[in-house]
Amino acid sequence: MDLFEYQGKQYFARFAIPVSKGGVADTVEEAVAQATAAGYPVVVKAQVKVGGRGKAGGVKLAADADEVRTHAGNILGLDIKGHVVKRLWIEHASDIEKEYYASFTLDRPNKVHLGMLSKEGGVDIEEVAATNPDAIAKVSIDPAVGLDLDAARAWVAAADLDEVAREQAAALLVQLYRCYVDGDCDLAEINPLILTPQGEVKALDAKVTLDDNAAFRHPEWEEFAWGETEDVREQMAKAKGLNYIGLDGSVGIIANGAGLAMSTLDVVNQVGGQAANFLDIGGGASPDVMAAALEVINTDPKVKVIFVNIFGGITKVDDVANGILEALGRVEISSPIVLRLDGTNAAEGRALLAPHLSDTLIAEPTMLDAARRAVALAGA
Amino acid sequence: MSIFVDETTKVIVQGLTGGQGRFHGLRNRDYGTQVVGGVSPKKAGTDVDGIPVYASAKEAVAATGATASFVVVPPAGACDAIIEAAEAGISFIVCITEGIPAQDEARTYSRLVHEFPGTRLLGPNCPGIISPGKCNIGITSGDIALAGGPVGIVSRSGTLTYQALYELSSQGIGQTTCVGIGGDPVPGTNFIDCLEAFEADPETKAIMMIGEIGGSEEERAAAYIAERVTKPIVSYVAGVTAPPGRKMGHAGAIISGSQGTAQAKMDALRAAGVTIGLNPTEAGQAMIEIVRGLS
Repeated sequence: MDLFEYQGKQYFARFAIPVSKGGVADTVEEAVAQATAAGYPVVVKAQVKVGGRGKAGGVKLAADADEVRTHAGNILGLDIKGHVVKRLWIEHASDIEKEYYASFTLDRPNKVHLGMLSKEGGVDIEEVAATNPDAIAKVSIDPAVGLDLDAARAWVAAADLDEVAREQAAALLVQLYRCYVDGDCDLAEINPLILTPQGEVKALDAKVTLDDNAAFRHPEWEEFAWGETEDVREQMAKAKGLNYIGLDGSVGIIANGAGLAMSTLDVVNQVGGQAANFLDIGGGASPDVMAAALEVINTDPKVKVIFVNIFGGITKVDDVANGILEALGRVEISSPIVLRLDGTNAAEGRALLAPHLSDTLIAEPTMLDAARRAVALAGA
Repeated sequence: MSIFVDETTKVIVQGLTGGQGRFHGLRNRDYGTQVVGGVSPKKAGTDVDGIPVYASAKEAVAATGATASFVVVPPAGACDAIIEAAEAGISFIVCITEGIPAQDEARTYSRLVHEFPGTRLLGPNCPGIISPGKCNIGITSGDIALAGGPVGIVSRSGTLTYQALYELSSQGIGQTTCVGIGGDPVPGTNFIDCLEAFEADPETKAIMMIGEIGGSEEERAAAYIAERVTKPIVSYVAGVTAPPGRKMGHAGAIISGSQGTAQAKMDALRAAGVTIGLNPTEAGQAMIEIVRGLS
């Protein structure tokens, strides 16, 4: 789960990473109140999970309440690359002497953690990475060893940060690493990490991606659910533990496993159709999960046909079959269903469904046959 | 021959007394795998359909001489189970658990490398390994595999592993070993490990490699193939039409340099001499033609 900037800063604060004083606002008047609390001048910042908001007019400096009203009024409701601004973060404006960049993420090929630090942070860090990679000091960190203060000191020296910033930056990086590891982040990134004229080092922005797999040991993450998704079907799917992404086509897709689900989209596309969604019911899905998947897709008016593509491993095909029967008994499924069922307990599953096969519940022997049939039905 | 396991491999199941452990453990035994014990601290001294249950991996290994373990334990305890198996002297661990936090995987992998260099981990979040007719550890349905070779399969996606087996078996083409490495961020065994083993295995005459979008493992495998693999390879990469994934912020963009798209992976593999199928069936057909041309 990606966090909004304000959530990222709240998360940083738990790990004693310095951030500016501020608060959230959903209305113009709340913005004024937060600005008064933070102390003028303030920065009014759009909260959207997409980059480039400054260039889109989503970040403005305000010297007094009137300016806060003007900017908050303009930014709330602003559409930034398809993301409509519903919430603002108002914080005390910082004087900036220098802008650095710092991040931790997993170096997947080498199976270690990767820390990146640059004295050339700011909006053009990707440009820096492309044209002057030497300006980014990288460290590989063994997950079983971690990052201590001495290693962090050597790192800030290697990155050639300003002398006055080094000790604070090293301490901050150790805390950021703790946030990344103990806080179960896939990504913990600060851009810019600033040095103020007063010699203070702090996080002016926060980009945090939490590892959804670790949610079981972070009950505090529930507070980050705000604004996670507005799509009704995505919410329905999430509540049922399904991995759903809405698309534009007319063939509803249900598959088990991300790989097979992706492959199903590919095959539908190759035989001339367009998928209405990506939906992975995961491993070991129960009849209830399968029924829920059908119900989610059934609410999509674009869907003309539903293609259920199951290759059982840990998922048992008879469980899938029972889920289909359960859904058919519970709600009226408005589109025909094309089935392709193979793998664990496939014979049992097919036998369960055999008496129910009809013009609207169709079984096909292979993935390609089923895709062709589904696409033909979607076009009819 | 097979890679990593064969008919002599003795396997213990950590989590045998749970619902999934029992179902798949017994199914692996029914397939002919030597499932010699289970581990469950609370149910030591009992048995699961005749398979004795021990209190720890160490006790199970001492009593049975097992060298492999099948870890079927929920995410919160799976990494501890992996380390427990390694400490007990197990040299091949298959972990199918889905949903393990990435930080735990990274730490566990690092510990295995430093403290247990002789132990190979397959997974987590993988379907396991099957050497048809000899040994099946994991959740793959044994009836979709066909013994006798000559194809070795390695796949990042669980269900596409089954699809690949199906495409070949249904046309009468057997497999030496089929390895599902899993799609988690820190897989214990990767494409290159399997390519190296298949290249060294005299009975494997051709290799089928199933990839998917994200990361750079396919690109790395392509570079390895170009230098080291002489056997013919067919590949399919899932996700050509997949919606763009979540951006990982600047750090992700900086690391990969590209986006790990299916197209980039297919281009890299093709440049290394790999035959590309645009869907599993096409990849299967290409492999069947290669195998028929071998004899």
